[in-house]
Amino acid sequence: MFRNLTLALALSLTATPLTVLPALAQEDGPLRIEITDGVVEAMPVAIPAFFGDAEIASRIRDVVADDLTGTGLFREIAAEAQIARPDSFTDAIAYQDWRAINAQALVTAEVTQAGEEISVKFRLFDVFAGQPQGDGMQFDARASDWRRAAHKIADQIYARLTGEAPYFDSRVAFVQETGPKDARIKRIGVMDYDGANILWMTDSSSLVLAPHFSPDGKSLLYTSFDSGFPQIRVMDVDSVTSRPLTQGGDSMAFAPRYSPDGRWVVYSLEKGGNTDIWLMDAATGAQRALTHSPSIETSPSFSSDGRRIVFESDRSGTPQLYVIGIEGGEPTRISFGEGRYGTPAWSPKGDMIAYTRQVGDRFHIGVMRTDGSGEKNLTESFLDEGPTWAPNGRVVMFTRLTPGGSGQPLLHSVDITGRNMRPLDLDFAASDPSWGPLMP
Amino acid sequence: MKAWMKPALATCLLGLAACAQPAPPAPLVTDPYASTGAGALYQGDLAGGALGAEASAQYFSTQVGDTVLFAAEQTSLTPEARTILARQADWLKKHGNFSAVLQGHAEETGTREYNLALGARRASAAQEYLVAQGVAADRIRTLSFGKERPAETCSDEACYANNRRVVTVVSETGAGS
Repeated sequence: MFRNLTLALALSLTATPLTVLPALAQEDGPLRIEITDGVVEAMPVAIPAFFGDAEIASRIRDVVADDLTGTGLFREIAAEAQIARPDSFTDAIAYQDWRAINAQALVTAEVTQAGEEISVKFRLFDVFAGQPQGDGMQFDARASDWRRAAHKIADQIYARLTGEAPYFDSRVAFVQETGPKDARIKRIGVMDYDGANILWMTDSSSLVLAPHFSPDGKSLLYTSFDSGFPQIRVMDVDSVTSRPLTQGGDSMAFAPRYSPDGRWVVYSLEKGGNTDIWLMDAATGAQRALTHSPSIETSPSFSSDGRRIVFESDRSGTPQLYVIGIEGGEPTRISFGEGRYGTPAWSPKGDMIAYTRQVGDRFHIGVMRTDGSGEKNLTESFLDEGPTWAPNGRVVMFTRLTPGGSGQPLLHSVDITGRNMRPLDLDFAASDPSWGPLMP
Repeated sequence: MKAWMKPALATCLLGLAACAQPAPPAPLVTDPYASTGAGALYQGDLAGGALGAEASAQYFSTQVGDTVLFAAEQTSLTPEARTILARQADWLKKHGNFSAVLQGHAEETGTREYNLALGARRASAAQEYLVAQGVAADRIRTLSFGKERPAETCSDEACYANNRRVVTVVSETGAGS
């Protein structure tokens, strides 16, 4: 759908978004803002009006700006302060004038539309170094995919300025919740990461829980009560058709997650009241138990290399986090703090595990290294639950439930420093987010 | 003078217009025991009539007791729960043409998936007790709703205590077992 084309002025085809040009005046390296606890001030970025078809150019510009400022890492310089706007996309940049208003980075772009096709070119400049940062790029898209074109550009800018992988052009599966608290109506939807372009996957005829994206973003695993008993189903996102993955009998199947290569499904199977972790070959349906314990084992999540699984177990008396190899064996406990731990999620970047932690009557979303060290709470509330990682492993989304009979679940996101927590802009209650992969 | 007329007279002293044609206020529910002075209020007839309705899901839930409660984070049966389950077992043995689904539930604190497993464990504990009391195992199924279907919706222990439960839902299968 998208083509990356170099512009006439670009030095080369950009194979990776992290390309850094040879430094001319950059003794300190490229312009960069790092996602660490040390960052306290957002980087000022100028994103003047995009050139070209005014209406769609304005919408795309706004989405690019929302993506960047939504990270908390960047702040936009007000249009009124921009005294040096170029007259066209090919004009030379008056760096001096941008420096005068302390713009660290400058984004210029041009949008052209031909029928149902749009074409967006953009450039990023390091104002104080007085040079482009990375190559200019062009994205072509169907006009109806204009938001994706905007996310692609924002992803390029984010990646070049943070050194992290991008994540804006991605989707999130979730459960919409309506109706009273004791008779909630739930249905699964898929939306852009920022809440736009909602597609409904199920109707409200049966209770559905906790969708999880496949690594390629094409299908969802979820738990459905449509047979009257909780079982796992697979939804094909494009065709919106589903089929059962597990079949009733007298046991309950739930909490499914894919392996990073999509070959395996790890899930919880309950038999006679006891819940263990099972592994299923997604192609053949062959399955085997990974744990054999009289305690509750649930919420499994594959490691980023697909060789291990982190899960929740109350074998010690309270729910704690354990890691087990996919061949089985004795699991290793990795959580030792006060309280109860649950819903571990292994970062796609491989460096951290996010989890739900309950201490007393307060809930936290937290992160730790994969060996359990470096534990850090990111949030605190009456009830926070179920973190899911952005494709770049630097932001998590989760469910926050407000207390009381009229309490509602709302989706929030927070970065790994815990500093940029914000609710998603949705006009309905929702829970159980699952962040899909970066789109091609 | 009947007691219910006193408020009406009092109202007349305050607003004479309303006294022109005092309409006797009718009690909302006809109470055959009103003159006895007893504390019990008649609330209407039981659905399904009187005798003979013992073989009904309605009777089971209202007269036998369909719900047993659990302590926080616990899945073991309390003495009260055993008493109720023993009554359920008696009823099920007497009404062999009914099967039962035991629905396990958990309070809202705790994660969704852990609570599904916790509810399943509670339902299973109740099932084992019924089987030990002589109910055929193949007449009982279990499932868990976790925290998805609370009986009460407030966010404190008063509600949580009633949400940590197993509800036995009986239905007629037509054939005895």
